[in-house]
Order: sequence, then C-alpha cells, then structure tokens
Amino acid sequence: MSKVKNLQDLKKMRDDLKGKITLREKSDHPDSLVQIKVSMATCGIASGARDTMNYMVDELESQAVDAVVTQTGCMGYCYAEPTIEVTLPGEKPVVFGQVDTKKASEIIEKYIKNGELVDGIIPDSYETIDKK
Amino acid sequence: MAKYKNHILVCGGTGCRASESEAIASNLNASLSENNLQDDVQVVRTGCFGFCEKGPVVKMVPDNTFYVHVAPDDAEDIVLEHVIKGRKVERLLYVDPETKEHVSDSRHMDFYKKQLRIALRNCGFINPENIDEYIARDGYSALGTIMEEMTPEAAINVVKDSGLRGRGGGGFPSGLKWELTRKSEADQKYVVCNADEGDPGAFMDRSILEGDPHSVLEAMAICGYCIGADRGLIYIRAEYPLAIKRLKIAIEQARDYGLLGNDIFGTGFNFDVEIRYGAGAFVCGEETALIHSMEGLRGEPTVKPPFPAQSGYKEKPTNVNNVETFANIPAIFLKGADWFKKIGTEKSPGTKVFALAGKVNNVGLIEVPMGTTLREVIFDIGGGIKGGKKFKAVQTGGPSGGCLTEDHLDLAIDYDGLLASGSMMGSGGMIVMDEDDCMVSVAKFYLDFTVEESCGKCTPCRVGNKRLHEMLDKITLGQGEEGDLTRLRNLANVIKDTALCGLGQTSPNPVLSTMDNFPEEYQSHVKESKCPAGQCRALMQYVINSKLCVGCTLCSRVCPVDAISGEKKLPHVIDSSVCIKCGACIEKCKFGAISIQ
Ligand SMILES: Cc1cc2nc3c(=O)[nH]c(=O)nc-3n(C[C@H](O)[C@H](O)[C@H](O)COP(=O)(O)O)c2cc1C
Ligand code: SF4
Repeated sequence: MSKVKNLQDLKKMRDDLKGKITLREKSDHPDSLVQIKVSMATCGIASGARDTMNYMVDELESQAVDAVVTQTGCMGYCYAEPTIEVTLPGEKPVVFGQVDTKKASEIIEKYIKNGELVDGIIPDSYETIDKK
Repeated sequence: MAKYKNHILVCGGTGCRASESEAIASNLNASLSENNLQDDVQVVRTGCFGFCEKGPVVKMVPDNTFYVHVAPDDAEDIVLEHVIKGRKVERLLYVDPETKEHVSDSRHMDFYKKQLRIALRNCGFINPENIDEYIARDGYSALGTIMEEMTPEAAINVVKDSGLRGRGGGGFPSGLKWELTRKSEADQKYVVCNADEGDPGAFMDRSILEGDPHSVLEAMAICGYCIGADRGLIYIRAEYPLAIKRLKIAIEQARDYGLLGNDIFGTGFNFDVEIRYGAGAFVCGEETALIHSMEGLRGEPTVKPPFPAQSGYKEKPTNVNNVETFANIPAIFLKGADWFKKIGTEKSPGTKVFALAGKVNNVGLIEVPMGTTLREVIFDIGGGIKGGKKFKAVQTGGPSGGCLTEDHLDLAIDYDGLLASGSMMGSGGMIVMDEDDCMVSVAKFYLDFTVEESCGKCTPCRVGNKRLHEMLDKITLGQGEEGDLTRLRNLANVIKDTALCGLGQTSPNPVLSTMDNFPEEYQSHVKESKCPAGQCRALMQYVINSKLCVGCTLCSRVCPVDAISGEKKLPHVIDSSVCIKCGACIEKCKFGAISIQ
C-alpha cells in the first residue's frame, strides 16, 4: 500500500473509497432521496426483475442520481411483472409495470429526472399499513 | 472491486460475539455463495449497535430492516427470504413492547429515535478492521486539514470553543487541558489515552475501541500535534482482548498508510502510538495511578499538583484524556466548534454515551445529547421498567456517584445538574432500580467494590471505607442502632474530605445519596428491623396465618432446621430465631397460609 503523502492524497483516496459505504449512508436518510423498490418475489424474478434491479442500480449510479434501490416482496401485480415502485422526495409512490431494462431507462430519464409520467403506471389499488 | 447492492451488517461487539455473531456472519457468507450472491451482497462485521438486550443483531442495508436475537441457523432464512425473495423474516423482527407490533425499520424504534451519535458515529456502521471504511467516512481528514492549514494554537482554540469536557468523569474542559500541556516546556511530551474503564457495568470505551479504533488514533495524533508530543500511549485493561486486537490492527494499518509514524502528511510531524496493558485495577483509571502503572511502579495515586500536564509520564508533560473524549475530537474539527456547541446544554455541550443497565427493558449502549432527561432515557429509550414494576431509583456515576429518585426524573442530564442533585456523571454507567431493590444493600454493593479496590495508600479510604462497610452490613442484618446513622454520615463526610485521591473522595457518595434520598428506608432497617424492599434476607420474617393454616403438618416436615411446631389439625407457628429463611415451607403450603413480612 502506498503512503498517504498529503491531504490531497487522502481526499482522493476518500472519494475513491466512498462508494464502498454510500449504500449505508443513504439508508440513513432515505426520505430525501429517490426510493425505488423492485418487486422480487418468485414471479418478479422469473420475469427478469433481477436484471431490472441491476440495471437501475448501475444506471442511477453512473448518472449520479441520488437514489436507493431496494427489493421488496410481491406487490400483487403478478400480471405486470417486473414491477417497480418509485417514490420521489415528497411525492406519493408510483408503481410501474412490465419494467424491462428499456422501460427502466425511460423511467429514469423521464420520471425520475424530470418528473414526467410515462406509460405503464399501475393505479394505486390499496392502502398499505405504513400509510395509515 | 465487486459492487455490492446490499450490505448485511452483523454486530461484532463483545456482547454479540459472545452470542455467536461470528457464526452468523460465516453462515450468511456460506448461504450467499451457495446462491451465487457473493458479489451482490456484502456481509460486514461492525462494532456494537448498542441494542445489546436484543443481540445478536443484524441490520439489512439499504432497507434498514433490523433483525434481533438472530441465531446462526437463521442465516439461511435471511438469505433465502430477505435477500432473494425480498420478504422480511417476521419472526426475527423487533416487537415494540408497547404496541406489540413488529417494527422493521431501525429508524422507527424508540431505542434509536432519541439518540444522537457523535462518539459512536461509526460504531455499527463501518468495519473497524478496515481503515478504508474509516477514510471513506472522512477519517483522518481532520488530522490532515489541521496539519496543513492550522497552527497548534488555532487548533487548540477550536477545542476550547467547542466547550468539550472530559468524558472520563471529571468533566474538565479538554481545550484548556491541551493548552496547559502545550505551555509546559520540555524536550519530550506524551499523549495518553485512558482506556482503563473500571466502573462496574460500564462498557462505553470498550465499544468505541471495538467499533471505531481509528477515531481515537486520529484524535491522539491531533492532540500530539497541538501539544507538541510525538508519542502516544493507550492504557487499556488486558481484560479487553477484542478491543486490543482491533487497536493493534488499526495501528498497523495507520502506519502502513503513513498516517502514524514519521513525516505524516509530508509535514515533518512524527507521531506514533503504543499500547500499554493494565491489570484491571479500578484505581489505575485515576490519571496519576495510571501513569505510575505505565512506568512500572505500583498503581498508586499521588497528590496533585503537580498535574500530569506539568509532570506526568517519566516526569514529562503528559495529556491524559478518556477514550470517548478523543472520539469526539475528529467530529468537532470536521463539523466545527459551533456545530458542537449547539448540541447539548450551555455548560455541557455535545452528547454522552451511557451503558444502560439494570431493571429496564432495553439494556444497551446509548448516546444522547446532554440535557436529555432521565425520564426520556429510562422510559423512552430504555422502554420502561422490566416486568411492569415501579421505578425506584437510578444510579449514575458508578462507585463514585449516587442514586437519584422519581423526583429527579425530569432532571436534564449534564455534569452540573447531576452534581447539584447529589450524583455525578462519572464515565457513563447508568443502573436502573425498581421497587424490589433495597437502597441500603445498593450502597453496600458499591462499598464492597471500593473496599476491594482501594489501593491502601491513605488511611481514610483504606480503613474508613472498611468501617463504613461494616456499619452497612450491621444495618442490613437488622443489628443497626440509632446512633449508627449519625456515625455513618459523619465518617462518610470525613472520608470525602481527607482521602488522597478521587477514589476515596467519592466512595462515600453512594452511601450519602441513598441516605439523603431514602431516609425512611434506613430508618426502617434500624428502628423496625424491616427491609421495605424485602431484599435483606436477615430481616425477613416467615409467618403463618393462623386463620388459613389447617394443621396439615407438611411445613413442619419440610423445614430443614425444625423451626416450625404445632399440633396436628391446629395452626402451626414458625420460631424466627431458628428459621434460616430458606423458603421451603412457602413452596409446600397448599393453603397459602405462609407469607414473608
Ligand atoms: C478512582 C478513579 C478512577 C478513574 N477511572 C477512570 C477510567 O476508568 N477512565 C477514564 O477515562 N478516567 C478515569 N478517571 C478519571 C481520570 O483520572 C482522568 O480525569 C481522565 O482520564 C481525564 O480524561 P478526560 O478529561 O478526557 O475525562 C478515574 C478517576 C478516579 C479518581
Ligand atoms: S483514596 Fe483510596 S485509592 Fe486513593 S490513594 Fe487513598 S487509599 Fe488509595
């Protein structure tokens, strides 16, 4: 391991290492970030949810969008898998269906970055316990 | 480097390791590899999460799910259910004691809601054996910034402005101590970290060293730069093997990176740290005794002045600070003295870590802003008294502190408030007691400890505490006399005034504070030979209610000392001068006729 020669060196190191723990830092204040839940039950995984999730994680990071991507259980829209739920800071959650990587890219570009809705929204049909 | 999408944080503090957190981590890894997820999910062993009551604990990131009482066998379920299917493992979730509902997100748990973590900022967050994770959290950048941009005097002023006071018990202003040591002229100076932590039941410092050792090393180097010292010594008790191991790893890593050693940050400043081991004597936490112990002499205190800042280790100026004090330092420089000063109370800025123990639902390690009330700590964070019993007292400050009562529950915790009410901050032990605890016995318990730990150098402490203990013993045996209470108080005050070091000067505090706050309890022991809490065995009376007793003779047959007599079919009686209070009769009586008074 090379030595840290000066403060500049240390700062560069820190910036390179930050990625190792950003996931943990973000989870401490998710309300100020874009939160994305990918439905990863059997049905979701069978229809490619894992690819969608990986794609979103990589894409959001490379575009430097502050977001946390988590997985959740079956949302009940098995007909529309893979489904994802996106919550922009201060907004109500919106669920999108049939999100393959192409759709994911559209959601990132239009909804997450610009707040424009895109096709494929699944209407909210129930209240979850934590909303009450 | 693999890019992980999830992290699983497994508590690696001493408490959780004792309950198999190592096995949990390795089972998690095994299960992840089995499912080919080793590149997606990283298992991280961290320092203490603080929620020891529910250990071992596991936290899932980024969704913040908090699993409690996890066993090694649960690892597979966590991977199969949570990681793969995204379903929470319900049976491992924390249940809110009030609402009886599962709480999955640690941010919504009462235990964490009122806490603010500065000294513990990295505990339970980073892997303490990996310097990279510390650096990623701005580690060592306070040191770098100070060395490149500030004079030692300017840096000392930041510590002074922050108002930080020593967390080792005394509450002495840290910036002032640094300034005094800087002003002492000498060819060699030392920075000492006091990691002796001798209070029974306290484990704040251990957890910091186990969870975030680099923060202490960084702060020691900052202190060295400020006071003009190139050597640091950490005095730690040999009973803390895990903390020692993690410190050693941290020192090695910091040396490899050039953050300890010669020419740090290319500024020509040299600083290195060594570990010194203590044998675990309470008195060796006192700074002069500690210094003598490090010099290879007997661990006995000497009169101050001279203070260590003038003449300490090897008669050179030495700055002694506590582990938690040091852990605050990098945060103060990163965020500024003004930020720190806004937290806590005016005279005691910042936070304090407490080891919460005794009869509360959530025992564990907590960090709260100064000024938080005892009620918030005990009832909100601590979750109230175990088993729905009634709160009676809370002991702070360990063997040097006192017992506070219900009347003090709304007291804002800080150095001066606690002192004014007859206790003290101490290093952060906090023991909660309920209606079943006898206050005379509590005082006796702490004196047991001080009598054992007195170094014997001065008479008031060596002989005086022994006499105090004998008097308390007499009282708990029901042999106390009227005059004993006055004698107890007089002797306690004499010891306070005349003992040589802090140990003896504070050892009567548990006696005096219980006498002040629970006078009726001492009275009933002495005058009526009764222990209201029903804890002093010698004062318990087993009696048979003649109305309920049918004379079945069962009790007289089980009594091992033949204390029970009576005719068949007629009420029996217990001779309390013979009775040894073993309780055998109560267990056997089918009619509920026997009770304790
Ligand atoms: C009997 C006795 C025991 C002590 N034990 C400790 C201890 O375990 N840890 C500690 O940091 N300070 C302990 N102290 C306080 C130290 O003497 C000293 O004040 C402290 O380490 C200074 O650091 P601070 O200003 O950062 O608190 C003890 C004092 C006395 C009188
Ligand atoms: S007060 Fe007690 S511990 Fe301190 S020097 Fe005297 S005998 Fe030793």
